[in-house]
Amino acid sequence: MRIVVLVKYVPDALERGFALDLAVDREVEGVLCELDEYALEVARRAREQHGGEVVALTMGPPDADEAARRALQLGADRAVHVEDPALHGSDALATSRVLAAAVQAIGAVDLVVTGTSSTDAGTSLVPAMVAARLRLPVLLSAARVEVEERTVRIRRDTDDETLVLVGELPAVVSVSDRSDPALYPTARVAMAARRKSVETWSLTTLGIDPAVVGAAGSGTAVRSVTAVPARAAGRILHDDGHAGEHLAAFLAELELAP
Amino acid sequence: MSDVLVLVEHDGTSATRSGAELLTLARSWGDPVAVLVGPADGDLCDQVAGHGARVLVAEPQDPDALLAGPVAALLAALVAAGDVVAVLLPSSVDGTQVAAALGVALDSGVITRAVGVDAALVATISAFAGSYLTTCQVTRGIPVLTVALGASDADPTIRVSAVAPIHVDLPADPATRVRVLSRTPRAVTGRPDLAAASVIVAAGRGLAGDLGPVEDLADALGAAIGGSRAAVDAGWLPHDVQVGQTGKTVAPQLYIAAGISGAIQHVAGMRSARTIIAINSDPGAPIFDIADLGIVGDVFAVLPQAAAAVRARAL
Ligand SMILES: Cc1cc2nc3c(=O)[nH]c(=O)nc-3n(C[C@H](O)[C@H](O)[C@H](O)COP(=O)(O)OP(=O)(O)OC[C@H]3O[C@@H](n4cnc5c(N)ncnc54)[C@H](O)[C@@H]3O)c2cc1C
Ligand SMILES: Nc1ncnc2c1ncn2[C@@H]1O[C@H](COP(=O)(O)O)[C@@H](O)[C@H]1O
Repeated sequence: MRIVVLVKYVPDALERGFALDLAVDREVEGVLCELDEYALEVARRAREQHGGEVVALTMGPPDADEAARRALQLGADRAVHVEDPALHGSDALATSRVLAAAVQAIGAVDLVVTGTSSTDAGTSLVPAMVAARLRLPVLLSAARVEVEERTVRIRRDTDDETLVLVGELPAVVSVSDRSDPALYPTARVAMAARRKSVETWSLTTLGIDPAVVGAAGSGTAVRSVTAVPARAAGRILHDDGHAGEHLAAFLAELELAP
Repeated sequence: MSDVLVLVEHDGTSATRSGAELLTLARSWGDPVAVLVGPADGDLCDQVAGHGARVLVAEPQDPDALLAGPVAALLAALVAAGDVVAVLLPSSVDGTQVAAALGVALDSGVITRAVGVDAALVATISAFAGSYLTTCQVTRGIPVLTVALGASDADPTIRVSAVAPIHVDLPADPATRVRVLSRTPRAVTGRPDLAAASVIVAAGRGLAGDLGPVEDLADALGAAIGGSRAAVDAGWLPHDVQVGQTGKTVAPQLYIAAGISGAIQHVAGMRSARTIIAINSDPGAPIFDIADLGIVGDVFAVLPQAAAAVRARAL
């Protein structure tokens, strides 16, 4: 079974900001999107059960290599990094075009596993867009995933109901953070991962016209960004044995309780 | 005037709150056309038409299948056939799936999770755990937008519509078919709904598995109970009450964070609460940076005393 995991290199949560062209600032320290680790774990287990290989696929700036390397430590057998200056400013529509082409180039893929949303752009569009471009069944927001020989079955919990969905392979599955977290890599796995190399592909490798990606190939544009003012800290009270009573008095003052 | 397609989620007899909000919003740009998927009774159709919308009921030919793919195909066909200025969808998982597939089918830009949309179809989006607001516009094709709950108010005025609902077939798509094996409704808790609650008491890892003190204070205040991902992952609380980046975004009058450190991903979901109270034994906990009242103390002492004091004041 060949499983592709889509992993994104995202800015570290404490360093996030926007560049002058209003794109997400990608010059800062970055990490493998934490939510994509759940996808890697699903893929690793499916390979353990069925054999085959797990290919991590990322599209991003040169530093996105780090996300690819991290994916190798978390169980991927191979890692592919699509990198091209023309990709800067790609939205979900453009990104999905590239990722779908890369999945096709990897070839003979049985399952594509993704996170539910990236922690920077966070559109949650890429998984279903990749599936739409490849004309594959898509099962989103899985809290549990069972991969069988020919099918994949997921459980999705929403506010109103629990759904069990099944689709035929090849399929695309997005995995939520209610699924099992990735195992911390053992020293042996980490060492082995270090010896592997990341394959770097360009738009030329994929035969994609630069005009259909990047800002020019996108369907959306950011017009403005505004920092939300931080909340000010209020009163701090050290419990002297009466803090619960003070809390109740504070609520009464604000007319939030009797 | 041009049409605005609106995907209205419903349970067969009434539209969701999102449906009413989207139908109201749609009128800013054109005539709303409501697409209802699956069996829709007369009351539901009247209710939707009462928002000034033409009603289109899509009858699934493959009712066991997940319908997002076929719905996207239907919406794409409607866009191709008519004069459509925008497509509005709910911010649900299904709504997002339809939006994604529709964007690809139309080669149109898609914006998700809009918390506001102005007259020029410029959407406001919250970014980076609520620390930024961005405005974003579709630059190619027919704008496809998913809109968050509460992004606009639903207009309660009833409009009379003389147009009868139109029924169309929603054809199956074998190549991308996903079958729904089961649907199990969630149990109702009897507590106020988190998303709509005006008071929330939220539990974190500091409760160490004993939710008693949080329930006690929530009962005294008539509050909903929320939780951090740590509390939810530990199994102390159901997943649907998680507050934060991968949980719910709430904006109650009062949010009491008990034994919650205040990680950026948690704060993302509750930073717009009117008043925040935090109880934490660690004076350095980041939650104190955003709390209107911060109590450095033990939740097991402070919460029961607060609950008793609230009850005593009510007498
Ligand atoms: C991509 C991503 C998405 C995430 N999404 C979410 C999300 O949606 N929601 C969310 O909540 N988290 C989310 N997280 C996790 C988040 O980063 C934190 O790990 C989580 O919020 C911590 O929960 P906590 O505050 O309950 O636990 P901790 O951080 O462990 O804090 C427990 C607090 O309790 C205090 N405490 C302990 N004992 C007592 C006592 N007896 N009395 C008083 N105080 C006590 C401690 O001082 C500590 O501050 C996400 C993380 C990532 C990477
Ligand atoms: N540039 C990218 N490279 C690889 N995977 C991506 C990329 N962007 C998005 N994804 C995948 O799509 C998921 C949803 O991302 P998004 O649509 O940006 O919210 C992520 O969790 C990843 O699995």
